[in-house]
Amino acid sequence: MATKSFVLKVWRQDGPDSPGTVEDLTEYAKDVNEHASFLEMLDLINERLMADGKRPIEFDSDCREGICGQCGCVVNGQAHGSQRGTTVCQLHMRSFEDGQTIVVEPFRATAFPVIKDLVVDRSAFDKIQQAGGYVSVPTGPKPDANSFKIGKEVSDRAFDAAACIGCGACVAACPNASASLFTGAKITQFALMPQGAPERKRRVSRMVETMDDLGFGHCSNIGECEAACPKEISLESIAIMKREYLKAMLAGS
Amino acid sequence: MLPLKKALTSSLGKKYLMAASGIALVGFLVTHLAANLLLYLPEGELYNGYAKALHDWGPLLIVAELGLGGLFLFHAAVATGLHMKTAAARQKGYLEGQRSKGGNSRFGFPANKMIWSGGILFAFLVLHIIHFRFGPGIAEGYEAMVNGESARDLHRLVAEEFRKAHIALPYAAVMLFLGAHLRHGFWSWLQSLGAMAPKYDKIIYSLGLLVALAFALGFLGIPFWYLLDVPGMLK
Ligand code: HEM
Ligand code: FES
Repeated sequence: MATKSFVLKVWRQDGPDSPGTVEDLTEYAKDVNEHASFLEMLDLINERLMADGKRPIEFDSDCREGICGQCGCVVNGQAHGSQRGTTVCQLHMRSFEDGQTIVVEPFRATAFPVIKDLVVDRSAFDKIQQAGGYVSVPTGPKPDANSFKIGKEVSDRAFDAAACIGCGACVAACPNASASLFTGAKITQFALMPQGAPERKRRVSRMVETMDDLGFGHCSNIGECEAACPKEISLESIAIMKREYLKAMLAGS
Repeated sequence: MLPLKKALTSSLGKKYLMAASGIALVGFLVTHLAANLLLYLPEGELYNGYAKALHDWGPLLIVAELGLGGLFLFHAAVATGLHMKTAAARQKGYLEGQRSKGGNSRFGFPANKMIWSGGILFAFLVLHIIHFRFGPGIAEGYEAMVNGESARDLHRLVAEEFRKAHIALPYAAVMLFLGAHLRHGFWSWLQSLGAMAPKYDKIIYSLGLLVALAFALGFLGIPFWYLLDVPGMLK
């Protein structure tokens, strides 16, 4: 079984208000199974830290199979690490060189304050979602399954947008710390479907307003969000959000 | 539900305004470059004739100039407003900087630093207007005859100024920033208005490179033309 050792530097921060600093954990990052995932490596380091009576590294994770959106940190200046279309829980140590320097730090955005070490508060995304990322569902008898006819190519596009797991990598990767790709994806998944039609103008205007109020930056059309997105959500989602907003604006009140 | 004022002061709305003013400025650049291509001619007849024709508009020219100036100020003011807020969106950057993950990302100087290329253009514009628009004219001896009428010899002024390296080289350098601004701007204005589809994305982005090169090289050539005295060599 091949193992690798790394020069590991990790951002340590005791709490939201403490300044935080980089800790060199190289001595704990020796002989790591190269088939360990990045988070399994952190687990191993944590075991070793605790054995030494030190505080383990705090980080978020849940499913560890790339579908829940809980994990996320910046590895060597890239959200979720260098591999495209991958969450950091699905990144494996075999993609790193033996002896490579690895710098791990939290997603950085004013709207995502650091709670501890690599854990950030992403509840700002929940607020954007709550502002309009829903549809009204009629109660009463179950409607006929064929009452909404939706082309496969349309539902596929909506599904691509709906694949967003809300991890926050787009914000972390955007030089402006903009939440446009997230908000765009959440708007697009409804904008393309007839079910989303009744609330469409209200949805886009409220979600954009909330996004702006929470202190995210604007979109400069750089597109690094798309490159960092583990679900490879297209920049087209942002274009669709802009079209939706333009329509809502021109429709007025 | 979404009043116009609220919409246009949102981050999306401000980008609509950036896009509209940006493309209008590109429109001005088209006329400016087209006219300035006449500067490549060794004789000033046509260029001075064009300048005189503009001046013969009289008060209308002042109105047009003020409108253009307003457009620049508007574009720069909205840009500054956007960036003031965005500067606060990430107070702490990444420890060893950020690296792009590639793909279709436009991460790089032109896209990330529009505010810098734009700011340099703004500073340049002020100096450029003082330099030529309010530079020496007929009273200072820059007089030429156009169709038998007296006109300002702008062609000779430009030619003389660009023979000085300390003038020609900074001018040329600023045009590189213009190129960078357009390299991103030409694609960006469409995306800002939502006029983007993955199918056409690559073509439009490539077209942006052509547009940027055409403007940057078109303008940049003029100072070099006179610095290296190409008209003299052609004689
Ligand atoms: C020859 C002059 C100029 C032309 C042709 C021009 C053109 C453009 C175009 C087409 C865009 C794309 C619009 C968009 O992203 O939606 C743009 C964006 C921008 N321009 Fe200009 N511009 C000029 C001068 C300036 C000046 C003087 C500034 C001063 C600060 C400036 C600052 C910006 C900024 C910051 C953006 C990007 C905004 C963002 O997305 O972050 N530009 N420009
Ligand atoms: S832990 Fe669920 S996506 Fe990584």
